[in-house]
Amino acid sequence: MFASLLRRPEAGSFLGLVVVYLFFAALGGPVFLGAPGWSSWLNMAAEVGFIALPIGLLMIAGELDISVGAILPAASLTTAIISGHYDLPLWLGIAGGLSVGLLVGFVNGVLVTRTTIPSLILTIGTMFGVMGLTLGFTILIAGSTGVFLVPDPVSKALLGSALGGMFKVGIFWWLGFVAIVAYLLHVHPWGNWVFALGGDRESARNAGIPTARLVIQMYMLSGFAAAFVGVAQVISFGSAQVAAGSSFIFNSIMCVVIGGVLLTGGAGSVLGIVLGTITFAVVNQGIFFSGLDPNFGSIIIGALLLTAVLTNDRFRALAASFVKKKGPAQ
Amino acid sequence: MSTTPPVLELRNIDKSFGPIDVLHSISLKVQAGEVLCLLGDNGAGKSTLIKTLAGVHQPTSGQILMDGEETRFTGPRDASARGIATVHQFGGTFPLMSIGRSFFVGVEPTKGWGPFKRFDRKRANEIAVKAVQDFGITRIDDGDRLVGGLSGGERQSLAIARAVHFGARVLILDEPTAALGVKQAAHVLRIVNEAKRRGLAVVFITHQVMHAMAVGDHFAVLIRGAIAADFRKGERSREEITDLMAGGETMAGLEALSH
Repeated sequence: MFASLLRRPEAGSFLGLVVVYLFFAALGGPVFLGAPGWSSWLNMAAEVGFIALPIGLLMIAGELDISVGAILPAASLTTAIISGHYDLPLWLGIAGGLSVGLLVGFVNGVLVTRTTIPSLILTIGTMFGVMGLTLGFTILIAGSTGVFLVPDPVSKALLGSALGGMFKVGIFWWLGFVAIVAYLLHVHPWGNWVFALGGDRESARNAGIPTARLVIQMYMLSGFAAAFVGVAQVISFGSAQVAAGSSFIFNSIMCVVIGGVLLTGGAGSVLGIVLGTITFAVVNQGIFFSGLDPNFGSIIIGALLLTAVLTNDRFRALAASFVKKKGPAQ
Repeated sequence: MSTTPPVLELRNIDKSFGPIDVLHSISLKVQAGEVLCLLGDNGAGKSTLIKTLAGVHQPTSGQILMDGEETRFTGPRDASARGIATVHQFGGTFPLMSIGRSFFVGVEPTKGWGPFKRFDRKRANEIAVKAVQDFGITRIDDGDRLVGGLSGGERQSLAIARAVHFGARVLILDEPTAALGVKQAAHVLRIVNEAKRRGLAVVFITHQVMHAMAVGDHFAVLIRGAIAADFRKGERSREEITDLMAGGETMAGLEALSH
């Protein structure tokens, strides 16, 4: 039983999390172990983890999405301009912000399926395009690079509040999204298509999977997730900035890789992505409780990332050669 | 046997890509319960011929007949819907997926309804394992095993069992034994015989004459895009076939040199 748990691909991510958590627990003491510590890394995990989930799906399918870094501020500024600058109802602003995410995701998906440009380069292109449009339109309409918004109490409670002043409501949105993506990837037949797409695109297409539609759906999901985080940010902070969001590009990819998703596609799990996200958030926030120079946090994350990539392959090999019962000699 | 029309027949098929002629008036027949071996050296046009059979390429001219009636395939999916299955050298499967999951890619069995539809893992595993075991691969007994953990021969067998399970009538095997050791290759040849026994028409592409002789009923040698020889089992010796494939006297010449 224990041995078979160890052979699960997530075992590496889980061990990494335990080591990292114990390390910061030893340095950070009761403050890190108590509510301040937990709320601090959970808030971080919820934001980056929300985007990491669809990025993980894309990476399992063998694609990347860099444009989330530009979709996030584009969505928050759209919401802020509609409901702050023009003072229209906030639901309209939220719908507008989320639509921006879905639209950019749709464009990404169509371009990825219709051209032979690698998605890494392609989404860097759309990222710069969306960035430029966001900056240009914001200055054109609002006359500055930041726009203010005063949310109504209901929206504020649903998207921008914090329990006990510490645990942001976004944590629950994240957990809900985790459940939905886990269902889609591991329970629904749709998930089988995602794995097949990452395993061998040609065979997947020959097996009758609508590969283009699948890729577009996944890009729309990642666009939506980035836009959702952007909209939640503008509601909780009361303002939107053009420059926000770029940290999410690498952070979301790192959560996914630390979580055991193969860079070559074809393998990964939602449990792994969640473990990777928490590990990343614990290091990112734990460093402030540890008394260490915060700059060392990046070194730890870098080391974790490399260790994860090295062990992912090892665990994969173990999993592939694993036979449940002792069969006749090979 | 001559009373039933061949399952698949090519008549004077030509295929060119722009100015380059790849296939010249190819005529072939394959009957149900028969193995047609397509022999040829690298670059002889084997893969273009396979892709034409599988609907990937449209012939430039000539006819394709299924069950005696002229037809054309609009694409690979059209061809596979009509029972033509291609199994590639490495099984064309997904190494990091479980046997049950990869067996049902694209046609997943589900339980539940509407938005609560679930992939029926248990049933998928049971059917996949049974399908492979029916082909004599009793070592596969756990549908949760990853395909990447199987041997090359087992992967081929899995792919063939899958094609048969989903109603293939013509099985195109593209160099199934090329990357395998002696024992594994024998394994795959047994599977080919089993498919033939079940009444499938098998097109077996290879450049290993020994393997072709072990299972073939009918042989066609392809040289530079044309059929250089077409004969039935027992009409030619192994040496003759090898020489044909190498384009004439090469092998005999080499042997003479070494004496």
